[in-house]
Parts: sequence; C-alpha cells; structure tokens
Amino acid sequence: MDLNRREFLKIAGAGLGSLVLPSINVSAAAITDNTENAHAMLYDANLCVGCRACQIACKKRAGLPYVTDENQMYEMPTDLDGDTWTLIKLYQENETFSYVKKQCMHCIAPACASVCPVAALEKTPEGPVVYHSYKCIGCRYCMTACPFDIPKYEWEEINPIIQKCDFCADLQTAGKQPACSAACPTGALISGTRGEMLEIAHYRINEHPDNYFNHVYGEEEVGGTSMLYITPVSYEKLGYPTLDSKPIPDITWPYMKAVPFVFFGMAGVMSAIYYWTHRNETAKEE
Amino acid sequence: MATGVNNIRLRKYPVGAGMILIWITGAIGLSIAVYRWIVGLRITNMSDNRPWGIWISFDMMSGIGLAAGAFSVAAIVYIFNIKKLYPIVRPTILTGFISYILAALTLLADLGLPQNIWHLIIYWNIHSPLFEIGWCVMAYTTVLLLEFSPVVFEALGWKAPLKLIRRITIPLVILGISLSTLHQSTLGTMLTALPYRIHPFWYSPLLPVYFFITAIAAGMAMTVFESYHSARTYQQNFELGIAAKITSWIPYVLGLYIIVKLVDVIVSGTYIYLIQDPWPTFMFLIEIMGGALLPALMFADRRIRNTKSGLIWAAFLTMGGLILNRFNSTLVFMKGDFYFPSAAEIAVSIGLTCLGIIMFDAAIRFLPMYPNPREKHNKQFVENANK
Repeated sequence: MDLNRREFLKIAGAGLGSLVLPSINVSAAAITDNTENAHAMLYDANLCVGCRACQIACKKRAGLPYVTDENQMYEMPTDLDGDTWTLIKLYQENETFSYVKKQCMHCIAPACASVCPVAALEKTPEGPVVYHSYKCIGCRYCMTACPFDIPKYEWEEINPIIQKCDFCADLQTAGKQPACSAACPTGALISGTRGEMLEIAHYRINEHPDNYFNHVYGEEEVGGTSMLYITPVSYEKLGYPTLDSKPIPDITWPYMKAVPFVFFGMAGVMSAIYYWTHRNETAKEE
Repeated sequence: MATGVNNIRLRKYPVGAGMILIWITGAIGLSIAVYRWIVGLRITNMSDNRPWGIWISFDMMSGIGLAAGAFSVAAIVYIFNIKKLYPIVRPTILTGFISYILAALTLLADLGLPQNIWHLIIYWNIHSPLFEIGWCVMAYTTVLLLEFSPVVFEALGWKAPLKLIRRITIPLVILGISLSTLHQSTLGTMLTALPYRIHPFWYSPLLPVYFFITAIAAGMAMTVFESYHSARTYQQNFELGIAAKITSWIPYVLGLYIIVKLVDVIVSGTYIYLIQDPWPTFMFLIEIMGGALLPALMFADRRIRNTKSGLIWAAFLTMGGLILNRFNSTLVFMKGDFYFPSAAEIAVSIGLTCLGIIMFDAAIRFLPMYPNPREKHNKQFVENANK
C-alpha cells in the first residue's frame, strides 16, 4: 500500500507531461547489466588489523600529499578530504570494536554520475566510477547527491577539482588489483568480481554467524555497490547510512524523461488558449 | 525621426541617497566577486560536508523563483489576452531578464571552475536535472532578451527589427512559458536526487510541482512589489487596479499549493515529524502559515487587495515564503556540517542584488519603460497595448 502511494505521488509529480505519458517504467541507462562480473572489493572487518597499509598504498598510487602538522611531521587524516581517498577508522564500544574502511562505494547506479550536468563522472562497465576533471565545471552537485558523502573538493585551490577514489581503474584495466587490496597483508580487503565477492561474504557470515552482523553492506544499498562490507557491528554505528534499495538515478529519471512532454505539452496548451482567447479578434479582422 | 544612439535620451529622475548606497554596495559586492576569482572559494564558509551555500539557496534557487513573474505576466497578457496588464509587461520582462543575468553571474562566482561553464554545451548528460536547468536558463535568457529588445529598438528608432520581433512575439512568449515551466520545476527535480539529505517536510516526489506553483505565486507578488517600489522611486502612478488584478489570482495558486502540500504531508506520513522535530516543525509552520496561507487570505480579501499597504505586505510575505522554502530545503534542514555564510558570501549576494537594481535603474533612465505623460511615447504605448 505504501509503495502504491509513493508510486502514485511520483508519477503525479513527474510534471504536466506525465499526464500524457501512458506509464513511467524505466531504469536509468548508464547502468551496466553485467554486475556479477564487474570489479568489486570485499572488506572484512574481522580480518582487518588496522595497519593502514591500504591507506598508504592509495596515497602512493594516486600521488596524493600526506597530511603533516606544523613541524612537517606526518599525521593521520581524520576524515576523507581532497588529499585522502581512503581511510581506516576504528569503532569501539566496551568490548566490541571494529575497523572500517572509508572510500568511494562505486555504486552500480551512481547518483554522482547521474546528476553531473557535464558527465564528468562516469560509471565504466568494468565497475569503477571515474572522474574526468577536464569536463568538470565545479557545481558540486555530485557532493550533495552522493548518499555516502564521498566526493571531496579542493577548497584551497584556485582551480579546484573533485577528489575521490577511482578504484585504480587504470591498474584494473591492466589486469592488476587495486593498490589498496594489493597492499592488504591479512586478506581483509580482497578484490575480484562482484559475484565472487558476494559469495565469499555470504559464506563467511553463514560459517560464523556469531562473528558477523547479518547483512552484507553494499549488496542492496541504493541498488548495490562495488564495495562490499561485512563487519561484527551494525553499519549505523560505523557511520554507514541506512539506505533504500532504490537507485537514486531511478528517482530523477522519470522526471527527466518527462521533459520533452512538458515542453511540447505546455506549448500546445498555451497555443490552444491563445487561439481561444483571440478567436473574436480574427473574426473582426476578416 | 532620426535613428541611432543619438536618439536615446536620459530621463532625469532624481538620484536619492538610497541609490548612492546601492551603488556603493554593488561595487563592493562585485569587487569581492572578482577577488573570489583570483583567490578561489577559500573565502567562503562552504566545506566538504556543506558544498552548497547561500549563493545556491538565495541567488539561484530564490532568485530564479522570484523571476517567474516574467513568464506569468507574459502569459496573462499575451496568451490569456488580458490587456489591462499591458503597462507592467515591460518592467516585468526587464526584472526577469536582470534576475537571470544575476543568476548567471552568481553561478560564475559559485562554480569551482567558472571558465568551464560552456562545457554544458558540449558535454551532455540528459540524466542530470542541472544539465536541463542550464540549457533552459541559457535559452530563456535569450528569449527574455528578445522579448525586451523592442524597448531598445524603440529607443533607437529602428523600425525594421522592431517589426520582425513584433511578428514573432507570440511564439517567443510561448517558448518562454515552456522553458520556464521546465526549469522552474526542474529546480525541484534537482532536490529529489537528495532523499537522504533533505528533511522529510521538504522532500517529496512532488517537489517539481511545488517549485513551479510557488514560483508562479511569488513571481507575481514580486512583480507587484517591484512596480510599487519603482513607481515610488520614479514618480509614476502606482496602478493599484492592475496590481489588485494580478494578485487576485494568487490565492488560487497558493491555495492549490497549500492543499496539495497538506494532502502530501498526510498521505506520505510526514506529519509524524510534527511532534518529533520541534525546529523543522516551527520553520515549516511559519513557512506554510506566514508565507502561503496568510498572504493567500490577504490577497483573497478585496479590501486588503485594494489598499497599497495591504497589497505590498501580502506580496512581501509571499516572496518571503518562497525564499524561506528554498532556504529550508537547500540549506537549513539539509544534512551537513554547520554553516553560516562568510562575510564575502553575504557581500557578493547583497552586492549582486544591488547590481540588479542598478541595471533596472539604468534601463528606466535610458529606455522608454513607462508611459510618461509628458512624452509623446505615451501614444505609442497605447497603440502597442491595443495591438
């Protein structure tokens, strides 16, 4: 019932053009059909020892500057920012604790790529969501639209660009692992196809149900992501938002699809009204 | 009649202290905008978890919403054929045109890479609401320029282009209405992509409809507000009859908005937040009661509508309602870090608004905007009205 109402409101809201549309049932393009074989990574918090080798490997691979204090001594970043694409955090509550890796989730249907007005963000069929800085105009819509708060900005630069994990798209095309998973010494972070990763994740949860929170984060969230997580504590506590399984591009696409109908529909209605209100004047002239 | 620039003559309206203050504020705002292009966005208080500030909420979202008067009044006069309103068409089109120029200028300050704004033309993403807004705004600004151009041609005494434009006036107006319907509603669509960020009071699948309806109401209110103030400044007769006529439709528009919004809140179950979240509730009620219900009732009352003060207050409340709505949905109750605009951001916002007033003032001084009883233009004006 709830779904029907929402569905009704959405269709009603698609603008005047929706009145002439028989039905709206599309999923946004740009989504790869073959999600099973796309690149993915699995992070197992129970295997992570918090060594941050992935963090350092990422900085090296991406050529990002390290964070230093006023004496030029190295410091740990406390959150993702323009210079930090990935980060290990620790959650602790009494006896229970869990590490967690923050980075771009590489959604199957990414909101950022869908909202970018100049298509600077692109979901590649292989899995990574990559950013083409040469196209970017700096509107920061991607930062607002990302449900995981991932894209970060170079606020100090005069010509700032977006910074976010690119899933080592170049390395993966060359048949190599992403730098972070290659650097992981304990196997907490592994990479492979999404199908394999999901299989492993479910296998581990089923084998040791006491050690894991019974949910693979990223399997369903906003239509599924390439980054998958299994952890001992609930994801809310680790700072991961509770999200619907509906991809965000699917929310906006019906409205965007209605654009030509609204345009020509409105023009048609206005022309009709014009001829109706001016009908006497033409008669007079004749 | 001689043609050319020499034909333009200055109308000598007095320059008040207020206008001088506006010139100074405008100059400060513009210089800070230039400074921002030199040093970057570091002079703003925006951050990674608050990527949009008042430039988006005020100058873009509210500014474009308030500029909706241009297409509403054009529709009323040219399409619905209500000629009584003809005298306010020119100032309204001009206000709209200036508002869109200001929105473009703000965008140039707000974008991280303003030099790349033309990329909208070559890199397409039809999935993006912002792409659609960008195109509509570019096209509609051109339409407004063409709709306004007869005033300039008239001032220059150029007959041929004047004739040409007159011939395509109706298609232009219809194109303008279609483009406005699209981008006003798409500003709402833009926010539907943020279901996890916007407070449920302001998030709805009907956002595009709300943005469109409220823009029409506030646009017409803005028209009245603006014509009242310019009549006072330029010693014109404030046409109470015309103002009362336009505003008599606002109760229907706002009434529709309130009814749909109420049904939406009940059906979607958002009303549970009325008890849970005191601050959003407070702001939501102020916005609906003070920014929609109260002005709707005021405009619906013939006695209030036919007094200057009643009319202006109601118009002010309607505009305030729209601005409050855009702020609540894109800033105040949008999840993110704490944000208060920096002095630079405020100065640019206010300065660009002042720049708009300066442009309007210049147009009034140089171009035949009003039927002036002391001038021969009056006759031509009446002729136009009867066309």
